Amino acid sequence: MALTVPEKGWFQTKIAKDEKAWIIIALIVCLSLFVLMAGWHVVGKQNASSIVYDTSPDEFYKLSQANWRKYKIGEEEGIPVVKPPAGSDVFILATTWRWEPILVLKKGAEYRFHISSMDLVHGFSLQPLNMNFVIHPQYDYVLTFKPTSSGDFRIICNEFCGFGHHTMIGKITVEE
Amino acid sequence: MFMKCDLTGFNVDKRVIPLIKANAVAATVSLLLAVTAALLVLLTRWQVIHLLPVDWYYRILTFHGLVALVVWVVFWEMAGLYFSSTVVLNARQIAPWLGWLSFVLMVAGTGICAFTILTGRADVLFTSYAPLKANPLHYLGIILFAVGALIVCGLFFANLIVAKKEKTYGDGPLPLFTFGLLTAAILAVGTLLPGAVIFVPTFLWSLGLIETMNSTVYRIVFWGFGHASQQLNVAAMISVWYLVAFLAVGGTSINEKVSRGAFFLYLIGINLASAHHLLTDPVPSPSWKVFNTGYFMYLAVLASMIHAFAVPSAIESAQRRRGFTKGLFDWLKNAPWGNPAFSSTFLALVGFGFIGGITGVVNGMEQTNMIVHNTLAITGHFKGTVVIGTTLTFMGVTYYLLPLIFRKKISFFSLAKIQPWVTWIGIAMLSIGFSIIGYLGVPRRHWDITFSGGPFTYTFPEIADLFWVVSVLGGTIAFIGVLIWVFVVVSTVFFGKPVKSKADMDTQMPIVSQPPALEHHKGFVAPGTFVLTLIFIATFIIYATLNWGWLSALWEVR
Repeated sequence: MALTVPEKGWFQTKIAKDEKAWIIIALIVCLSLFVLMAGWHVVGKQNASSIVYDTSPDEFYKLSQANWRKYKIGEEEGIPVVKPPAGSDVFILATTWRWEPILVLKKGAEYRFHISSMDLVHGFSLQPLNMNFVIHPQYDYVLTFKPTSSGDFRIICNEFCGFGHHTMIGKITVEE
Repeated sequence: MFMKCDLTGFNVDKRVIPLIKANAVAATVSLLLAVTAALLVLLTRWQVIHLLPVDWYYRILTFHGLVALVVWVVFWEMAGLYFSSTVVLNARQIAPWLGWLSFVLMVAGTGICAFTILTGRADVLFTSYAPLKANPLHYLGIILFAVGALIVCGLFFANLIVAKKEKTYGDGPLPLFTFGLLTAAILAVGTLLPGAVIFVPTFLWSLGLIETMNSTVYRIVFWGFGHASQQLNVAAMISVWYLVAFLAVGGTSINEKVSRGAFFLYLIGINLASAHHLLTDPVPSPSWKVFNTGYFMYLAVLASMIHAFAVPSAIESAQRRRGFTKGLFDWLKNAPWGNPAFSSTFLALVGFGFIGGITGVVNGMEQTNMIVHNTLAITGHFKGTVVIGTTLTFMGVTYYLLPLIFRKKISFFSLAKIQPWVTWIGIAMLSIGFSIIGYLGVPRRHWDITFSGGPFTYTFPEIADLFWVVSVLGGTIAFIGVLIWVFVVVSTVFFGKPVKSKADMDTQMPIVSQPPALEHHKGFVAPGTFVLTLIFIATFIIYATLNWGWLSALWEVR
């Protein structure tokens, strides 16, 4: 009873059949979800990475510049366009309020993305796929992507980073 | 010091009544401010109106987040803690002056935060993720508010100890309502401590006394406060569900051991579930994430599912014993739907389970979180928990608080009767609309999803436009629902007719007597509830399957 002391013997009362059945069903569902999450790491193809390096904005900026210089094929809106070879490292830099560089990738190839922030926490949101990751300063988040669809994609920022937050949009093109 | 309540027979400490009233009034004012801010934010997000300029959008959003998620619910819970540790136990209030001190601290903290936010000194949103920095005063305001709330938790524990010692409520364990709120108070302490652990250094950092703040450490510890505070809302809300089931239909948990056990599971599982905020962060490791959101969060999920059976089955069992035994749902059809506290509770229960619960569990799985993280779907989820669940519940039980504590008959009772439905329909539309828009990729906390001024443009799928209309319509309806509630509450408190006798109470908000005891029973006690929970689990499985199917179609990532 919600407002009074429970009756004597409340602890010994048997659990009703339907309530017991429900608890068992609920428990099985919970355990299955746990197994699903752990199991997806074995059989699934979409798992957030466990590889992350300590870095600093300075160091990450230098690494990015060196990488972009190697694979740069042009410039658009003042942002370098970079076409890294399949299987290579890709550097993406989040700065208030831009994503650099513009990437040209190949469908079906694997790329090791290194993503870090120069300043605040940013949100890496790949559209129209809707894959989302949180990007921190001081951390080099290594995500190995394999594009399985081609076309024009956008990276938008989905973590508040100041009044220019809505202008923070980048581009990835995936070629067949 | 004591007076005997002629409506309930409780021995009431006169000094606690103004404390309950003050906190309830502060809560009501906060809710009104919070929903007004919410409407401004919503009308800005809908690009068709795009009401506020960019700076004011983020300011009002910061204000809305803090006032709705923390100030409104915590003030209300403070009133609940006083009520449950004194009135229902016939116990006295320890050190009421300390209660007033904490009230002053909390009001001052709120005032300081409102000042810093609205004067542009804290454009950091509710989460204030470092290295975003606000004026030191802002963090000080939050700390003052938290200290105030912590003191009230201490008073609550002290009240319980003294009541036990003085045997004011008989021999045996605490009543279930108070037991549930005890869980909430323990969770509150577990919430406020991480709050202190993160806001004190952040305060010192904003003063320049600490050089750097690590952004991942901030996020981990912040969510120990930010999410756990919502878990305490869940515990408080469910305590109120049991209370209303008892008051409105005389329903009692069909097995107290089960209900209490479920509250206990909250204690050991629920705080660690905060880990689900970090599922797409670079650190900690995936195994840490799976362990915390899997093993620990599911203890809490299991507990919620147990309550999801225990509360409606308490109602069903009482109704069946009263003679509504026909079919599966005769008991539900003949429930006291004219009692706004009851309808609020039942609607909150359904909304919380089907909208907030299902989205919460699936969004909180390590891999599927990738699809929704920081999108509007997250906002949709917590409208389905904090608003349709906690807020609607607290609004509903206020209809009992008015005659019992304020001793006033509810004015405009017919408006009060429709208010839960209006609010529920509005929030359900808003919540579902936001969820769908989020799955289409629209970010939360974003002033302009046409990306004006950016180097590129992007247009979200057109179907999103339709669901913006659904959301804005829903948000407006919900806003009207809250306005009705505030109108009824204010006119009752100031102009309501006094409650003179039990008959005055019975015409509006009766406290129903216990139905005859359950005879020896072999089959199911609550078959209707069992069917409802099976429908729930089927909905859950469909939703989870859709999400995992979606996930498997994404780019491969490891």
